[in-house]
Amino acid sequence: MLCGHMDGAQSDETVIELQDVSYGSPNGQDVLAGLHLEVRRGETLILLGRSGSGKTTTLKLVNRLLTPARGQVLVEGKPVGEKQSDIVRLRRGMGYVIQEVGLFPHFTVERNIALVPRLEGWPEDKIRRRTQELLQLVGLDAGLTARYPHQLSGGQRQRVGVARALAADPAILLMDEPFGALDPLTRDELQREFLSLQQRLRKTVLFVTHDLNEALRLGSRIALLEAGKLVTVLAPHDFVRSTDALATAYVKAFGAGLKSAGNGDAL
Amino acid sequence: MNWLQFLAQNRAEILELTLEHLWLVGISTVIAALVGIPLGVMIARWPSFNKPVLAAANIVQTIPSLALFGFLLPVPWLGDRAERLAILALTLYALLPLIRNTYTGIRGVDPAVVEAGRAMGLTERQLLWQVQLPLASSVILSGLRVAVVISVGLATIAAAIGAGGLGELIFRGLAMVNNQLILAGAIPAALLALLADFGLGWLEGRLRPQ
Repeated sequence: MLCGHMDGAQSDETVIELQDVSYGSPNGQDVLAGLHLEVRRGETLILLGRSGSGKTTTLKLVNRLLTPARGQVLVEGKPVGEKQSDIVRLRRGMGYVIQEVGLFPHFTVERNIALVPRLEGWPEDKIRRRTQELLQLVGLDAGLTARYPHQLSGGQRQRVGVARALAADPAILLMDEPFGALDPLTRDELQREFLSLQQRLRKTVLFVTHDLNEALRLGSRIALLEAGKLVTVLAPHDFVRSTDALATAYVKAFGAGLKSAGNGDAL
Repeated sequence: MNWLQFLAQNRAEILELTLEHLWLVGISTVIAALVGIPLGVMIARWPSFNKPVLAAANIVQTIPSLALFGFLLPVPWLGDRAERLAILALTLYALLPLIRNTYTGIRGVDPAVVEAGRAMGLTERQLLWQVQLPLASSVILSGLRVAVVISVGLATIAAAIGAGGLGELIFRGLAMVNNQLILAGAIPAALLALLADFGLGWLEGRLRPQ
Protein backbone atom coordinates (compact mmCIF):
# COMPACT_ATOMS: atom_id res chain seq x y z
CA MET A 1 0.00 0.00 0.00
CA LEU A 2 1.49 3.28 -1.06
CA CYS A 3 -0.57 5.83 0.81
CA GLY A 4 -0.39 4.52 4.32
CA HIS A 5 -1.63 7.64 5.97
CA MET A 6 -5.25 7.69 7.01
CA ASP A 7 -7.45 10.44 5.66
CA GLY A 8 -8.89 13.04 7.95
CA ALA A 9 -6.11 12.68 10.50
CA GLN A 10 -5.31 16.35 10.31
CA SER A 11 -7.36 19.48 10.68
CA ASP A 12 -6.99 22.51 8.46
CA GLU A 13 -5.46 24.52 11.25
CA THR A 14 -2.03 25.83 10.27
CA VAL A 15 0.72 25.14 12.78
CA ILE A 16 3.79 26.22 10.86
CA GLU A 17 3.69 28.83 8.17
CA LEU A 18 6.53 30.08 6.03
CA GLN A 19 5.69 33.39 4.39
CA ASP A 20 7.78 34.37 1.40
CA VAL A 21 10.91 33.04 3.09
CA SER A 22 14.29 33.44 1.44
CA TYR A 23 17.64 32.32 2.71
CA GLY A 24 21.08 32.97 1.26
CA SER A 25 24.14 30.93 2.08
CA PRO A 26 27.12 32.84 3.52
CA ASN A 27 28.77 32.87 0.08
CA GLY A 28 25.90 34.93 -1.26
CA GLN A 29 24.06 32.24 -3.19
CA ASP A 30 20.32 31.93 -2.74
CA VAL A 31 19.55 28.57 -1.15
CA LEU A 32 15.88 29.27 -0.83
CA ALA A 33 13.80 31.91 -2.60
CA GLY A 34 10.32 33.14 -1.86
CA LEU A 35 9.07 30.01 -0.15
CA HIS A 36 5.43 29.78 0.91
CA LEU A 37 4.50 26.73 2.88
CA GLU A 38 1.91 25.74 5.44
CA VAL A 39 2.00 22.73 7.69
CA ARG A 40 -1.33 21.71 9.18
CA ARG A 41 -1.96 20.26 12.58
CA GLY A 42 -1.50 16.52 12.74
CA GLU A 43 -0.20 16.05 9.22
CA THR A 44 3.11 14.70 8.02
CA LEU A 45 4.36 17.13 5.43
CA ILE A 46 7.20 15.70 3.40
CA LEU A 47 9.86 17.94 1.93
CA LEU A 48 11.04 16.03 -1.11
CA GLY A 49 13.87 17.05 -3.39
CA ARG A 50 17.40 16.28 -4.41
CA SER A 51 20.50 17.34 -2.47
CA GLY A 52 20.86 21.10 -2.48
CA SER A 53 17.20 21.73 -3.22
CA GLY A 54 16.75 23.48 0.14
CA LYS A 55 14.89 20.80 2.13
CA THR A 56 17.17 20.80 5.15
CA THR A 57 17.48 24.57 5.01
CA THR A 58 13.69 24.84 5.21
CA LEU A 59 13.66 22.60 8.27
CA LYS A 60 16.38 24.61 9.99
CA LEU A 61 14.54 27.84 9.31
CA VAL A 62 11.60 26.48 11.26
CA ASN A 63 13.55 25.88 14.46
CA ARG A 64 15.82 28.86 13.91
CA LEU A 65 19.05 27.00 13.42
CA LEU A 66 19.05 29.37 10.45
CA THR A 67 17.58 32.85 10.27
CA PRO A 68 15.64 33.79 7.14
CA ALA A 69 17.10 36.62 5.06
CA ARG A 70 13.62 37.74 4.05
CA GLY A 71 10.08 36.76 4.92
CA GLN A 72 8.97 35.22 8.18
CA VAL A 73 8.23 31.95 9.85
CA LEU A 74 5.10 31.65 11.98
CA VAL A 75 4.70 28.90 14.53
CA GLU A 76 1.23 28.54 16.05
CA GLY A 77 0.36 31.80 14.36
CA LYS A 78 3.13 33.79 16.02
CA PRO A 79 6.31 34.98 14.36
CA VAL A 80 9.45 33.50 15.88
CA GLY A 81 11.08 36.01 18.22
CA GLU A 82 14.65 37.22 17.94
CA LYS A 83 15.54 36.82 21.60
CA GLN A 84 17.74 33.88 22.52
CA SER A 85 15.31 32.81 25.23
CA ASP A 86 12.38 32.80 22.77
CA ILE A 87 14.36 30.68 20.34
CA VAL A 88 15.31 28.20 23.07
CA ARG A 89 11.65 28.00 24.10
CA LEU A 90 10.62 27.42 20.50
CA ARG A 91 13.15 24.62 20.05
CA ARG A 92 12.15 22.83 23.23
CA GLY A 93 8.64 22.65 21.81
CA MET A 94 9.88 20.86 18.70
CA GLY A 95 11.37 17.39 18.49
CA TYR A 96 14.31 17.12 16.11
CA VAL A 97 15.60 13.93 14.54
CA ILE A 98 18.47 13.83 12.07
CA GLN A 99 20.17 11.21 9.97
CA GLU A 100 23.41 11.16 11.94
CA VAL A 101 21.13 10.94 14.98
CA GLY A 102 23.20 13.45 16.92
CA LEU A 103 22.91 11.51 20.16
CA PHE A 104 25.35 12.71 22.77
CA PRO A 105 28.10 10.08 22.75
CA HIS A 106 29.00 10.77 26.40
CA PHE A 107 25.42 10.38 27.63
CA THR A 108 23.72 7.06 28.30
CA VAL A 109 20.53 6.19 26.48
CA GLU A 110 18.56 7.30 29.53
CA ARG A 111 20.28 10.69 29.74
CA ASN A 112 19.92 11.22 26.01
CA ILE A 113 16.21 10.54 26.10
CA ALA A 114 15.65 12.59 29.24
CA LEU A 115 17.60 15.56 27.91
CA VAL A 116 14.78 18.01 27.33
CA PRO A 117 12.70 16.97 30.38
CA ARG A 118 15.80 17.57 32.54
CA LEU A 119 16.41 20.95 30.91
CA GLU A 120 12.80 21.72 31.69
CA GLY A 121 13.31 20.72 35.28
CA TRP A 122 10.90 17.80 35.50
CA PRO A 123 10.98 15.88 38.80
CA GLU A 124 13.15 12.75 38.61
CA ASP A 125 10.36 10.22 39.16
CA LYS A 126 8.34 11.74 36.34
CA ILE A 127 11.40 11.60 34.09
CA ARG A 128 11.95 7.94 34.98
CA ARG A 129 8.35 7.05 34.15
CA ARG A 130 8.48 9.02 30.92
CA THR A 131 11.73 7.35 29.82
CA GLN A 132 10.30 3.88 30.38
CA GLU A 133 7.17 4.84 28.50
CA LEU A 134 9.19 6.19 25.58
CA LEU A 135 11.42 3.14 25.34
CA GLN A 136 8.33 1.02 25.05
CA LEU A 137 6.80 3.42 22.55
CA VAL A 138 9.75 3.19 20.16
CA GLY A 139 10.22 -0.52 20.70
CA LEU A 140 13.43 -0.56 22.72
CA ASP A 141 14.31 -2.94 25.50
CA ALA A 142 14.22 -1.26 28.93
CA GLY A 143 17.57 -2.89 29.69
CA LEU A 144 19.30 -0.56 27.22
CA THR A 145 18.99 2.57 29.35
CA ALA A 146 22.49 2.34 30.80
CA ARG A 147 24.17 1.79 27.42
CA TYR A 148 26.07 4.41 25.49
CA PRO A 149 25.16 5.22 21.86
CA HIS A 150 28.24 3.46 20.47
CA GLN A 151 27.01 0.23 22.09
CA LEU A 152 23.82 0.26 20.04
CA SER A 153 23.01 -0.76 16.48
CA GLY A 154 22.10 1.88 13.91
CA GLY A 155 18.41 1.06 14.18
CA GLN A 156 18.48 1.23 17.97
CA ARG A 157 20.29 4.57 17.86
CA GLN A 158 17.68 5.95 15.51
CA ARG A 159 14.93 4.75 17.86
CA VAL A 160 16.64 6.50 20.76
CA GLY A 161 16.80 9.60 18.57
CA VAL A 162 13.04 9.42 18.04
CA ALA A 163 12.43 8.82 21.74
CA ARG A 164 14.57 11.83 22.62
CA ALA A 165 12.64 14.00 20.19
CA LEU A 166 9.33 12.89 21.69
CA ALA A 167 10.45 13.13 25.32
CA ALA A 168 8.83 16.38 26.36
CA ASP A 169 5.80 15.62 24.19
CA PRO A 170 6.29 18.43 21.65
CA ALA A 171 3.44 19.19 19.27
CA ILE A 172 5.84 19.47 16.35
CA LEU A 173 8.45 17.03 15.05
CA LEU A 174 11.17 17.98 12.60
CA MET A 175 12.80 15.00 10.93
CA ASP A 176 15.74 15.28 8.55
CA GLU A 177 16.20 12.01 6.66
CA PRO A 178 15.92 10.16 9.95
CA PHE A 179 15.97 6.73 8.32
CA GLY A 180 18.37 7.58 5.50
CA ALA A 181 21.41 5.78 6.87
CA LEU A 182 19.66 2.54 7.80
CA ASP A 183 19.67 -0.73 5.89
CA PRO A 184 16.48 -1.33 3.88
CA LEU A 185 14.95 -3.83 6.29
CA THR A 186 15.50 -1.71 9.38
CA ARG A 187 14.28 1.32 7.48
CA ASP A 188 11.09 -0.51 6.50
CA GLU A 189 10.56 -1.50 10.12
CA LEU A 190 11.07 2.02 11.41
CA GLN A 191 8.83 3.51 8.74
CA ARG A 192 6.10 1.11 9.74
CA GLU A 193 6.55 2.05 13.39
CA PHE A 194 6.57 5.71 12.50
CA LEU A 195 3.17 5.30 10.85
CA SER A 196 1.66 3.52 13.82
CA LEU A 197 3.17 6.06 16.22
CA GLN A 198 1.84 8.90 14.15
CA GLN A 199 -1.60 7.29 14.13
CA ARG A 200 -1.60 7.42 17.91
CA LEU A 201 0.25 10.66 18.58
CA ARG A 202 -0.88 12.86 15.70
CA LYS A 203 2.11 15.14 15.83
CA THR A 204 2.60 17.86 13.27
CA VAL A 205 5.58 16.49 11.36
CA LEU A 206 7.87 18.15 8.87
CA PHE A 207 9.85 15.36 7.28
CA VAL A 208 12.79 15.71 4.88
CA THR A 209 13.66 12.93 2.45
CA HIS A 210 14.92 12.38 -1.07
CA ASP A 211 13.31 8.96 -1.21
CA LEU A 212 10.00 9.01 -3.08
CA ASN A 213 8.91 5.66 -1.65
CA GLU A 214 9.35 7.00 1.85
CA ALA A 215 7.53 10.20 0.91
CA LEU A 216 4.56 8.32 -0.55
CA ARG A 217 4.42 5.96 2.36
CA LEU A 218 4.69 8.40 5.25
CA GLY A 219 3.39 11.68 3.91
CA SER A 220 0.00 13.31 4.22
CA ARG A 221 1.23 15.77 1.64
CA ILE A 222 4.43 16.07 -0.33
CA ALA A 223 6.12 19.39 -1.00
CA LEU A 224 8.46 19.06 -3.93
CA LEU A 225 11.47 21.37 -3.89
CA GLU A 226 13.92 22.08 -6.65
CA ALA A 227 16.83 24.54 -6.59
CA GLY A 228 15.47 26.50 -3.65
CA LYS A 229 11.96 26.83 -5.00
CA LEU A 230 8.75 25.07 -4.11
CA VAL A 231 7.53 23.26 -7.21
CA THR A 232 4.26 21.84 -5.95
CA VAL A 233 2.49 20.43 -2.90
CA LEU A 234 0.47 17.28 -3.51
CA ALA A 235 -1.12 14.44 -1.61
CA PRO A 236 0.62 11.10 -2.33
CA HIS A 237 -2.12 9.75 -4.57
CA ASP A 238 -2.07 12.98 -6.59
CA PHE A 239 1.69 12.94 -6.74
CA VAL A 240 1.88 9.66 -8.61
CA ARG A 241 -0.67 10.93 -11.13
CA SER A 242 0.76 14.42 -11.43
CA THR A 243 1.64 15.77 -14.84
CA ASP A 244 4.26 18.06 -13.36
CA ALA A 245 7.55 17.38 -15.14
CA LEU A 246 9.63 17.02 -12.00
CA ALA A 247 7.08 14.87 -10.18
CA THR A 248 6.83 12.62 -13.22
CA ALA A 249 10.61 12.38 -13.36
CA TYR A 250 10.65 11.27 -9.72
CA VAL A 251 8.00 8.65 -10.25
CA LYS A 252 9.83 7.38 -13.31
CA ALA A 253 13.19 7.23 -11.56
CA PHE A 254 11.79 5.24 -8.66
CA GLY A 255 9.72 3.03 -10.90
CA ALA A 256 12.75 2.13 -13.01
CA GLY A 257 14.26 -0.11 -10.35
CA LEU A 258 11.10 -2.16 -10.00
CA LYS A 259 10.66 -2.39 -13.73
CA SER A 260 14.18 -3.54 -14.49
CA ALA A 261 13.88 -6.20 -11.79
CA GLY A 262 10.60 -7.27 -13.39
CA ASN A 263 12.26 -7.54 -16.80
CA GLY A 264 14.99 -9.65 -15.27
CA ASP A 265 12.38 -12.10 -14.02
CA ALA A 266 10.83 -12.32 -17.48
CA LEU A 267 14.09 -13.33 -19.10
CA MET B 1 80.45 7.52 49.07
CA ASN B 2 78.04 6.16 46.48
CA TRP B 3 75.07 8.07 45.11
CA LEU B 4 72.40 6.27 47.11
CA GLN B 5 74.18 7.05 50.36
CA PHE B 6 74.42 10.61 49.18
CA LEU B 7 70.68 10.69 48.54
CA ALA B 8 69.94 9.16 51.91
CA GLN B 9 72.06 11.74 53.68
CA ASN B 10 70.42 14.62 51.90
CA ARG B 11 66.92 13.24 51.72
CA ALA B 12 65.37 16.01 53.80
CA GLU B 13 66.67 18.70 51.49
CA ILE B 14 65.83 16.76 48.33
CA LEU B 15 62.32 16.19 49.58
CA GLU B 16 61.88 19.84 50.44
CA LEU B 17 63.14 20.93 47.04
CA THR B 18 60.91 18.38 45.33
CA LEU B 19 57.90 19.78 47.13
CA GLU B 20 58.96 23.28 46.18
CA HIS B 21 59.29 22.11 42.60
CA LEU B 22 55.83 20.57 42.68
CA TRP B 23 54.43 23.76 44.13
CA LEU B 24 55.92 25.87 41.34
CA VAL B 25 54.62 23.51 38.68
CA GLY B 26 51.26 22.97 40.34
CA ILE B 27 50.33 26.58 40.98
CA SER B 28 51.49 27.75 37.56
CA THR B 29 49.59 24.95 35.83
CA VAL B 30 46.41 25.81 37.71
CA ILE B 31 46.71 29.47 36.75
CA ALA B 32 47.52 28.57 33.15
CA ALA B 33 44.48 26.30 33.00
CA LEU B 34 42.24 29.00 34.47
CA VAL B 35 43.45 31.43 31.80
CA GLY B 36 44.19 29.11 28.89
CA ILE B 37 41.04 26.99 28.81
CA PRO B 38 38.67 30.01 28.75
CA LEU B 39 40.87 31.58 26.07
CA GLY B 40 40.66 28.38 24.04
CA VAL B 41 36.88 28.36 24.44
CA MET B 42 36.76 31.98 23.37
CA ILE B 43 38.73 31.50 20.17
CA ALA B 44 36.71 28.40 19.32
CA ARG B 45 33.59 30.54 19.62
CA TRP B 46 34.88 33.68 17.93
CA PRO B 47 37.42 32.54 15.34
CA SER B 48 38.53 36.11 14.62
CA PHE B 49 40.44 36.04 17.93
CA ASN B 50 42.07 32.81 16.90
CA LYS B 51 45.14 34.18 15.12
CA PRO B 52 46.17 36.93 17.55
CA VAL B 53 45.72 34.76 20.65
CA LEU B 54 47.58 31.76 19.27
CA ALA B 55 50.30 34.00 17.82
CA ALA B 56 50.87 35.66 21.19
CA ALA B 57 51.05 32.32 22.96
CA ASN B 58 53.40 31.06 20.28
CA ILE B 59 55.73 34.03 20.65
CA VAL B 60 55.94 33.51 24.41
CA GLN B 61 56.85 29.91 23.73
CA THR B 62 59.79 30.96 21.56
CA ILE B 63 61.44 33.14 24.22
CA PRO B 64 64.32 31.21 25.76
CA SER B 65 63.36 30.45 29.34
CA LEU B 66 66.48 31.89 30.92
CA ALA B 67 65.90 35.13 28.99
CA LEU B 68 62.27 35.29 30.10
CA PHE B 69 63.27 34.90 33.73
CA GLY B 70 65.80 37.68 33.16
CA PHE B 71 63.31 39.98 31.45
CA LEU B 72 60.85 39.68 34.29
CA LEU B 73 63.41 40.31 37.01
CA PRO B 74 63.21 44.16 36.97
CA VAL B 75 59.39 44.21 36.98
CA PRO B 76 58.15 45.77 40.24
CA TRP B 77 56.34 43.50 42.76
CA LEU B 78 57.11 40.49 40.59
CA GLY B 79 60.83 40.93 40.91
CA ASP B 80 60.52 41.24 44.70
CA ARG B 81 60.22 37.52 45.08
CA ALA B 82 61.82 35.05 42.71
CA GLU B 83 58.99 32.61 43.31
CA ARG B 84 56.37 34.96 41.84
CA LEU B 85 58.52 35.46 38.84
CA ALA B 86 59.04 31.78 38.29
CA ILE B 87 55.31 31.09 38.58
CA LEU B 88 54.48 33.78 36.04
CA ALA B 89 57.06 32.51 33.57
CA LEU B 90 55.93 28.89 33.94
CA THR B 91 52.32 29.97 33.52
CA LEU B 92 53.15 31.76 30.29
CA TYR B 93 54.87 28.68 28.89
CA ALA B 94 52.00 26.42 29.82
CA LEU B 95 49.45 28.60 28.03
CA LEU B 96 50.06 27.56 24.44
CA PRO B 97 49.34 23.83 24.73
CA LEU B 98 46.27 24.56 26.86
CA ILE B 99 44.81 27.19 24.54
CA ARG B 100 45.57 25.22 21.42
CA ASN B 101 44.20 21.94 22.69
CA THR B 102 41.04 23.50 24.10
CA TYR B 103 40.47 25.13 20.72
CA THR B 104 41.20 21.94 18.78
CA GLY B 105 39.13 19.83 21.16
CA ILE B 106 36.06 22.00 20.91
CA ARG B 107 36.30 22.40 17.17
CA GLY B 108 36.68 18.65 16.89
CA VAL B 109 33.32 17.85 18.46
CA ASP B 110 31.02 16.30 15.84
CA PRO B 111 29.00 19.20 14.36
CA ALA B 112 25.92 16.95 14.13
CA VAL B 113 26.02 16.48 17.90
CA VAL B 114 26.38 20.20 18.55
CA GLU B 115 23.61 21.02 16.15
CA ALA B 116 21.33 18.40 17.63
CA GLY B 117 21.99 19.89 21.05
CA ARG B 118 21.18 23.36 19.83
CA ALA B 119 18.05 22.09 18.11
CA MET B 120 16.90 20.36 21.31
CA GLY B 121 16.91 23.78 22.95
CA LEU B 122 20.18 23.83 24.86
CA THR B 123 21.41 27.35 25.46
CA GLU B 124 24.92 28.17 24.28
CA ARG B 125 26.13 27.92 27.87
CA GLN B 126 24.50 24.51 28.38
CA LEU B 127 25.94 23.39 25.07
CA LEU B 128 29.41 24.39 26.21
CA TRP B 129 29.25 22.76 29.65
CA GLN B 130 27.21 19.68 28.85
CA VAL B 131 28.40 18.84 25.37
CA GLN B 132 31.45 20.63 24.04
CA LEU B 133 33.70 20.66 27.09
CA PRO B 134 32.98 17.05 28.13
CA LEU B 135 33.58 15.81 24.59
CA ALA B 136 36.75 17.88 24.29
CA SER B 137 38.01 16.87 27.72
CA SER B 138 40.47 14.22 26.58
CA VAL B 139 42.05 16.61 24.07
CA ILE B 140 42.20 19.39 26.67
CA LEU B 141 43.76 16.98 29.12
CA SER B 142 46.42 15.99 26.62
CA GLY B 143 47.27 19.70 26.36
CA LEU B 144 47.46 19.86 30.14
CA ARG B 145 49.77 16.86 30.08
CA VAL B 146 52.15 18.55 27.64
CA ALA B 147 52.03 21.73 29.73
CA VAL B 148 52.89 19.88 32.95
CA VAL B 149 55.77 17.95 31.42
CA ILE B 150 57.23 21.15 29.96
CA SER B 151 56.77 22.90 33.30
CA VAL B 152 58.54 20.24 35.32
CA GLY B 153 61.59 20.62 33.10
CA LEU B 154 61.48 24.41 32.92
CA ALA B 155 61.02 24.78 36.65
CA THR B 156 64.57 23.50 37.17
CA ILE B 157 65.79 26.67 35.42
CA ALA B 158 63.80 28.81 37.85
CA ALA B 159 66.52 28.04 40.38
CA ALA B 160 68.81 30.32 38.35
CA ILE B 161 66.89 33.29 39.70
CA GLY B 162 66.63 31.81 43.16
CA ALA B 163 63.10 30.47 43.00
CA GLY B 164 64.06 27.13 44.49
CA GLY B 165 63.00 23.72 43.31
CA LEU B 166 65.12 20.81 42.18
CA GLY B 167 67.10 23.12 39.90
CA GLU B 168 68.91 24.31 43.05
CA LEU B 169 70.72 21.00 43.29
CA ILE B 170 71.53 21.03 39.59
CA PHE B 171 72.95 24.57 39.62
CA ARG B 172 74.84 23.91 42.83
CA GLY B 173 76.23 20.73 41.35
CA LEU B 174 77.27 22.59 38.20
CA ALA B 175 79.06 25.24 40.24
CA MET B 176 80.80 22.66 42.41
CA VAL B 177 81.45 20.26 39.51
CA ASN B 178 79.66 17.62 41.56
CA ASN B 179 77.84 15.05 39.43
CA GLN B 180 76.13 13.44 42.41
CA LEU B 181 74.54 16.74 43.26
CA ILE B 182 73.44 17.32 39.65
CA LEU B 183 71.87 13.88 39.50
CA ALA B 184 70.15 14.39 42.86
CA GLY B 185 68.26 17.24 41.19
CA ALA B 186 67.92 15.89 37.67
CA ILE B 187 66.68 12.40 38.43
CA PRO B 188 63.80 13.38 40.74
CA ALA B 189 62.83 16.05 38.19
CA ALA B 190 62.80 13.48 35.41
CA LEU B 191 60.78 11.10 37.58
CA LEU B 192 58.26 13.83 38.33
CA ALA B 193 57.86 14.49 34.62
CA LEU B 194 57.40 10.81 33.85
CA LEU B 195 54.94 10.36 36.67
CA ALA B 196 52.86 13.35 35.60
CA ASP B 197 52.95 12.17 32.00
CA PHE B 198 51.85 8.69 32.95
CA GLY B 199 49.14 9.78 35.39
CA LEU B 200 47.58 12.35 33.08
CA GLY B 201 47.91 9.97 30.14
CA TRP B 202 45.92 7.38 32.06
CA LEU B 203 43.23 9.93 32.89
CA GLU B 204 43.14 11.07 29.29
CA GLY B 205 42.50 7.52 28.14
CA ARG B 206 39.63 7.21 30.60
CA LEU B 207 38.02 10.41 29.31
CA ARG B 208 38.42 9.67 25.61
CA PRO B 209 34.98 9.45 23.98
CA GLN B 210 34.16 6.10 22.44
